[in-house]
Amino acid sequence: MQRSMAYERHLNLEATELRLGLPGSDEAPEKTSTTPSARSNKRASPEISEESRSKGSSSLSSEVENCEGETAPPAKEQIVGWPPIRSYRKNCLQPRKNDRVDGAGMYVKVSVDGAPYLRKIDLKVYKSYPELLEALEDMFKLTIGEYSEKEGYNGSDFAPTYEDKDGDWMLVGDVPWDMFISTCKRLRIMRGSSEARGFGC
Amino acid sequence: MITNKKPRSSDTDSIFMKDDRTEMSEDDDRSPSPNSITHDSSPTRTYTTGSGPGTGPGSSSVPEYLAPCPDQVLENVLENVLLFLTSRKDRNAASLVCRSWYRVEALTRSDLFIGNCYAVSPKRATSRFTRIRSVTLKGRPRFADFNLMPPNWGAHLAPWVSAMALTYPWLEKVHLKRMSVTDDDLALLAESFSGFKELVLVCCDGFGTSGLAIVASRCRQLKVLDLIESEVSDDDVDWISYFPDTGTCLESLIFDCVECPIDFDALERLVANSPSLKKLRLNRHVSMGQLHRLMAQAPRLTHLGTGSFSPSEDVAQGEQGPDYVSAFAACKSIVCLSGFREIIPDYLPAINPVCANLTSLNFSYANVSAEHLKPIISNCHKLQIFWVLDSICDEGLQAVAATCKELRELRVFPFEAREDIEGPVSEVGLQAVSEGCRKLQSILYFCQRMTNAAVVAMSKNCPDLVVFRLCIMGRHRPDHVTGEPMDEGFGAIVMNCKKLTRLAVSGLLTDRAFAYIGKYGKIVRTLSVAFAGDSDMGLKYVLEGCPRLQKLEIRDSPFGDAALLSGLHHYYNMRFLWMSACNLSNQGCQQIAQALPRLVVEVIKHEDNLDMDENVDTLYMYRSLEGPRDDVPRFVSIL
Repeated sequence: MQRSMAYERHLNLEATELRLGLPGSDEAPEKTSTTPSARSNKRASPEISEESRSKGSSSLSSEVENCEGETAPPAKEQIVGWPPIRSYRKNCLQPRKNDRVDGAGMYVKVSVDGAPYLRKIDLKVYKSYPELLEALEDMFKLTIGEYSEKEGYNGSDFAPTYEDKDGDWMLVGDVPWDMFISTCKRLRIMRGSSEARGFGC
Repeated sequence: MITNKKPRSSDTDSIFMKDDRTEMSEDDDRSPSPNSITHDSSPTRTYTTGSGPGTGPGSSSVPEYLAPCPDQVLENVLENVLLFLTSRKDRNAASLVCRSWYRVEALTRSDLFIGNCYAVSPKRATSRFTRIRSVTLKGRPRFADFNLMPPNWGAHLAPWVSAMALTYPWLEKVHLKRMSVTDDDLALLAESFSGFKELVLVCCDGFGTSGLAIVASRCRQLKVLDLIESEVSDDDVDWISYFPDTGTCLESLIFDCVECPIDFDALERLVANSPSLKKLRLNRHVSMGQLHRLMAQAPRLTHLGTGSFSPSEDVAQGEQGPDYVSAFAACKSIVCLSGFREIIPDYLPAINPVCANLTSLNFSYANVSAEHLKPIISNCHKLQIFWVLDSICDEGLQAVAATCKELRELRVFPFEAREDIEGPVSEVGLQAVSEGCRKLQSILYFCQRMTNAAVVAMSKNCPDLVVFRLCIMGRHRPDHVTGEPMDEGFGAIVMNCKKLTRLAVSGLLTDRAFAYIGKYGKIVRTLSVAFAGDSDMGLKYVLEGCPRLQKLEIRDSPFGDAALLSGLHHYYNMRFLWMSACNLSNQGCQQIAQALPRLVVEVIKHEDNLDMDENVDTLYMYRSLEGPRDDVPRFVSIL
């Protein structure tokens, strides 16, 4: 019980901290050598997930809940060979991105409202949202602002959005990084407070 | 093991016994009269394959031939009868009748099954059985799959293939599980057996695409090349192109576990040149467009592994692709579907035409939701085997339960194999399956939370259960509704499922659960235990109560030397015992080794803990006719 209290305290601090991207997403602790690196950051203990989850949540929001608990240390240390899944199967389901055969990278077009031409970036190069957003800020010489789950991007005129596999335009940062990587088709950095705010409601 | 009996010295003697018929005391009641010879010999003479004296009708003339005759006749008859015996158990029983039967059985056995490659040496096996056509060998214990054993522990194919190359020139089939196979082994195999037909490698490693290339090019009679969950290293050899251009007799080609890319053109040519091909399971480097082309070449496939099931990168979004539905509709014989390695769920409806005939469907690499699954599964009325990811959630399992009334085997794997998440499947899914799939025989279910009630329900609703493997991934998790240990649930399973032979337990379990298993699990042969039990009593209950126990694997449970000693009466009847991270000491294991000389007691140390302290990290022990093996790595000591 004490451990979960510690998590809650820890969690609150992280949740109120102002930073880009999802809380804790730039912390990539290598817990043990047995964890698959792609998803080792998600560490919410069951107690926290239950408490912070709203009733009847969809699986999407539950993913977000998990991400909020990311910075908390693991509830239990990763045990070798547990659960008993062959590593072949684990690796197939949570593939490391550099296993892709084509080697061609995952280039997507990036447009910025008001800019004369588009750019392309290789999403594979980045491991998390903060890295990606920093690179975008660098490339286009702009400031994107702080992500918050409730209000989208605060603090600037720009909001990063992306088109997913279904053709919908989504706010960058809502879904876990791996899901974003596999569904993002192109990026658009939207400009103008009213449009950017549109994502916040 | 070749025989069921305890390894006694007479066992080994009989192998080297000469053909001295006068010592066959068991045959004494049969008096060698001329009448019996003339009656017996003529009808059998036409069919005998034996080549001893006294098979001719002239047996009445010379008295000194009388003594060997009935035995020879008997053996000839036996040979012809025993040829029909295929069951291993029956053959083992027959070989115990008398020495004559032992010898004849050995001559007529064509399938050699060795459940533990260290239980008997290649030399001993090949000396006793001289006319083998098919060999099955199993090596490492199962827990080695989960990184619980350092690599290079053993189970090398090399000594076996060397011995067989000398004694079995007509060998046709080799089935291996958890063996270390090198490219050289494969080369020797390909060169030594001109009629070689079938190679099946399950959970094997140590070889690469160069070994496969040799098999492909040399084994001209090859019908089956099945690589299942094996690790194949990429030697940059395009092994597919080594199959003969002129055509093959391939009936089955399974390579879905091979991680290296293949030359698609070579594969397409191969499929076109293999008119008998019925089973084809592609690896994830084959895209949907390529799959489409292959299906056009092989419309008579019965088993298909679809590869990635997503389009290759250069197909633009929204472009009109090939008509996948028609492709599946044209393959009217498909009964088994797998693959879907990188599935784009939008393409899933393409398989609809074959759903009604499917008896086996493997979605265990496909991250699909309940919504994706429902329209597909609702057509699969004949489904008997279903492997799936928990991404379908309880809702998806309910859909399975609603339609798949013929289901015999269900495996639900976790998309995220971790302990500390909510988990999409639970007792709700298990309950639904138990109510809808009454004919269920085998279940493997990974979940984060479970209740005794659901497990009890399954024990009552599914009386045909033979295999029950429940993995509650959070260690020591109780029933999440009542807070009770999971004892009652597993107790109900052993109590109510009268056909149960394989059980894997999990969750919070006290000694009580093991008391139930010992009391009711009378035909349990395989038991897997992890993070369970309170004291030595737990293990004692099982070792004293389960007379059919053959394979026992335990990890991280508080069982010590006293418990280990309570199984002395039984260890010769078992294939193996594995205990890791329990409370065993060197002393306790020594006692076992001394008490049971035909048991090989291996103490395996983890690589980073090689100093000999009193605690035993891992104990792996097994009966053997050979004593300590000679290929022991430095982290293993044999007591």
